[in-house]
Amino acid sequence: MTKHLIRIELPLHLCRLAHISGHETQLEVPLPVTVSSVLDTLEAQYPMLRGTIRDHTTKKRRDFLRFFACEEDWSHQSSDTPLPEVIASGKEPLLIIGAIAGG
Amino acid sequence: MSSVRLLVGTRKGAFVLTADGTRKDWNVSELHFAGWELYHLKGSPADPNRIYASQSSGWFGQQIQRSDDGGATWNPVDNKFTYDGTPGTHQWYDGTPHPWEFKRVWHLEPSLTDPDTVYAGVEDAGLFQSKDGGKSWHELSGLRNNETGPHWQPGAGGLCLHTIILDPTNPERIVIAISAAGAFRSDDAGATWKPINRGLWSKYISNPTAEIGHCVHHIAMNPATPNTLFMQKHWDVMRSDDAGDNWTKISGNLPTDFGFAIDVHTHQPETVYVVPIKSDSEHFPLDGQLKVFRSRSGGNEWEPLTRGLPQKDCYVNILRDAMAVDTLDDCGIYFGTTGGQVYASSDGGDSWNAITRDLPPVLSIEAQTLP
Repeated sequence: MTKHLIRIELPLHLCRLAHISGHETQLEVPLPVTVSSVLDTLEAQYPMLRGTIRDHTTKKRRDFLRFFACEEDWSHQSSDTPLPEVIASGKEPLLIIGAIAGG
Repeated sequence: MSSVRLLVGTRKGAFVLTADGTRKDWNVSELHFAGWELYHLKGSPADPNRIYASQSSGWFGQQIQRSDDGGATWNPVDNKFTYDGTPGTHQWYDGTPHPWEFKRVWHLEPSLTDPDTVYAGVEDAGLFQSKDGGKSWHELSGLRNNETGPHWQPGAGGLCLHTIILDPTNPERIVIAISAAGAFRSDDAGATWKPINRGLWSKYISNPTAEIGHCVHHIAMNPATPNTLFMQKHWDVMRSDDAGDNWTKISGNLPTDFGFAIDVHTHQPETVYVVPIKSDSEHFPLDGQLKVFRSRSGGNEWEPLTRGLPQKDCYVNILRDAMAVDTLDDCGIYFGTTGGQVYASSDGGDSWNAITRDLPPVLSIEAQTLP
């Protein structure tokens, strides 16, 4: 199966939970590269992240997280929509961003 | 020489506080799980180096962490809490049906005999069990499927199962408490449950003596007298001498009987501690004076303990799981505040010292006495 090496940027707390140094990690994701396929790969590689970005069962995105690609909010796109080429090729990272809130 | 280890859960992470048996000099660990809420940590009585921790976040949900070396290092275990079957509904604040939704783990109670077995009390109220050291969780759904379940209503803090008590003389007996459904008991290891709220009186529900609907804040038990339970209810301090079948009010001369924390002296089963809080609208001590109250007679007659505690300008709260006792000969008593102080007494409460003063708001404290 053809895979693409993509980059994904995660919130600090999730990086620490998964023992990822820095904010970013790389994943080999099968085609087509979508939010679903990226998260499936991420959760397979880092099982402790299951349930932290999307619901275990329904796969619904957690309320206080958003997905950004190419400076656009992909949070409300279908998670099976192919991500832009610059994400699929690893030129730019897929961003998972936590809402700015709290004290 | 024996030593004491305190497991402190806070709004911004967890700390492990250690001291030798004199309990004079304390070491405060590095911050574990920085930025996460640690509702509760508790060590296994069967293997004190096995500790479970509930780590949660409004952003990222629930994690369960496990340490096998006394809290020095941690590893996440399974965080999937799925209600058994079709969960159905409980009541929402306005009395309408509301689907059961998992939010977080409030309390972890390791088995008294098996380090790999641990219970989790969750919001929305349910009781889960792991028999493999937290690698998987299953619901003991007999509790939630009790005939009263569809009528349970949340308290202001949510519909949370916050207290789990295991009977050391009867492995089949479990007592739990839910805000604001009340107390429940199983005598068959969690398969079936019954409400144990007879004698509670709560003016804020339509029938003040109803079978359920009481906002029980916490229950404490001395393992030597497992049939005697002490309860801090929303208002009222109560006791039962028949494992919860009947309760009597023991507020006596307390200046206010609202509060959250309650605990029992390790070696004196009739010596009880509470921290009165002004009211349900004002969650701080009366007159800005932090006082622990002690009863040496199992309730009704209470004395204020103030030495070493701030007696002016103190407006902190002491949450339900934020008081603990050790098992040394001179029983140590500990409590944490929402102001980040952890207070300790090594003389039964006669005097207190702040182990540390500037932690994040303290959510829970458990004490381990180590050989």
